[in-house]
Amino acid sequence: MGVGIQVRSLNAWFGKKQALYDINMTALANHCTAVIGPSGCGKSTFVRCINRMHETIPDARAAGSIMIGEVDAYNGTSSTQLRRRVGMVFQKPNPFPTMSVYDNVASGLKLNGFRGAKQLDEIVERSLKNSALWDEVKDDLKKKSGASLSGGQQQRLCIARALAVEPEVVLMDEPCSALDPISTSKIEDLIFQLKEHYTIVIVTHNMQQAARVAEYTGFFLLGKLIEFDKTTKIFTNPSDKRTEDYITGRFG
Amino acid sequence: MPDPVPNLGPNLVMGTPNSGQMLSVSLGRRITDRVMTLLSVLAMVMVIVPLFAIFGYLVYKGIGSLDLNLLIKMPRPVGETGGGMANAIAGSALILGIASLLGVPVGIGAGIYLAEYGRGGRFGSVVRFTSDVLNGVPSIVIGIVAYAIVVIRQKHFSALAGGVALAIMMIPTITRTTEEMLLLVPAQIREAAFGLGISQWRTTLSITLRTALSGVITGVMLAFARVAGETAPLLFTTLGNQYWSLNLNEPTAALPLQIFTYANSPFDEWHRQAWAGALVLIVMIVLSVSAVRVAVSRGNLRGAR
Repeated sequence: MGVGIQVRSLNAWFGKKQALYDINMTALANHCTAVIGPSGCGKSTFVRCINRMHETIPDARAAGSIMIGEVDAYNGTSSTQLRRRVGMVFQKPNPFPTMSVYDNVASGLKLNGFRGAKQLDEIVERSLKNSALWDEVKDDLKKKSGASLSGGQQQRLCIARALAVEPEVVLMDEPCSALDPISTSKIEDLIFQLKEHYTIVIVTHNMQQAARVAEYTGFFLLGKLIEFDKTTKIFTNPSDKRTEDYITGRFG
Repeated sequence: MPDPVPNLGPNLVMGTPNSGQMLSVSLGRRITDRVMTLLSVLAMVMVIVPLFAIFGYLVYKGIGSLDLNLLIKMPRPVGETGGGMANAIAGSALILGIASLLGVPVGIGAGIYLAEYGRGGRFGSVVRFTSDVLNGVPSIVIGIVAYAIVVIRQKHFSALAGGVALAIMMIPTITRTTEEMLLLVPAQIREAAFGLGISQWRTTLSITLRTALSGVITGVMLAFARVAGETAPLLFTTLGNQYWSLNLNEPTAALPLQIFTYANSPFDEWHRQAWAGALVLIVMIVLSVSAVRVAVSRGNLRGAR
């Protein structure tokens, strides 16, 4: 089951340059929360702070508090433990090129020391079904290379790979920006189903996409969270002038 | 179909109103294209010709003296015919085995450090610079170094000392190619692994190194082939031996040394054997490099799981 995320006074830096200023935000369990805003506004940095991927960049650091359910992400948890609870899907599909479809999905468990071939088969099948890829790959799971799939299939493979470790939260950093409209709509359908079991935070450049998939939306500008509210409110009646300018296409 | 005129090549464009202009442009481009293709083919020929010339000449000079005796018999005194180089062949294999055992893990390990851990750090750039300099150190000097650190301490020449000398020569090549190959692995692949909560050492071993494996192995084989023919570093270390010895602590025969000795001798029989020995050496190198390549392409060699 998904758990909620509570972000309190989060600040993040790249070297001396501050990228996020005092972000406070709550993502409800089993809901989809969208993060929108113009390029370079800190959306990606924000989600990368949630699973501590931000700190893998040299000189990057973050301060503040992020609670994933009952777990304090920055206090008393190792980054590897945290990332098993908080899965991530990246902008460009990035399956492991040397591995088969099966090994790609199983990699998160296998390489974390999980043993038990029978159970693994079940988990791989379930994850691929959950990511709506099973029917397309079930015939040569172990022979077909993950890199030989189409872009949209690769992205769903990456989603299956993230789901296989059974996270509570799935972060998606512009998951459809490299995909065609049909693959995009498949992934959006998928997000609807995933909400039943996971909490989802999605970064998107596409405002229609945010409107379609998310119950809550946060608008970022220059590293600050300008407005955070129900998606319908943000898109029909925003409180802040800057949000209105952005969603009506006056800048960004 | 949208406007069909652009980019269809000169033949298809002929009938259109501005065909004259299009044709002249594409003619110029076609000439450039041909010239550049020709130049790159020429460059390729210049790369291949010396290799085949050397190989052909070796076969021409050596094939006459190459027989089973050469491979399985021991050297005989001058004047007797039918001697072989079995001890040198076995000795070379032994020394190269030691060199690979010592050099490959250190080289790959250092390459991993440079690409995955020491990127951008001061220590990393020192290691990188040192390794490049080491690559340029004359092999005879490396022989003297191995003499100083192994032979003098042991108080005798040995196969081990030769192995150490060749290992030192292999390390910089392997280090730098491993580093380059790992850096070619896209950052997104590492991020994907980190995002799954896989630890850094696991990611490096099972994901990054595995993705770069064929390139890393190419580097290892390059280093191997390079040191397989080295003579100078062996002069001070394994010394050479007219008798059979696979003892790590004894002076040992090696093909390059044997070839060197025989080629310098005044005897025709030995000259012939030197040619044949050179042929055997190059065939051994080609065979071992291709064997590894075949093993890699069949997937018998997989990275750690």
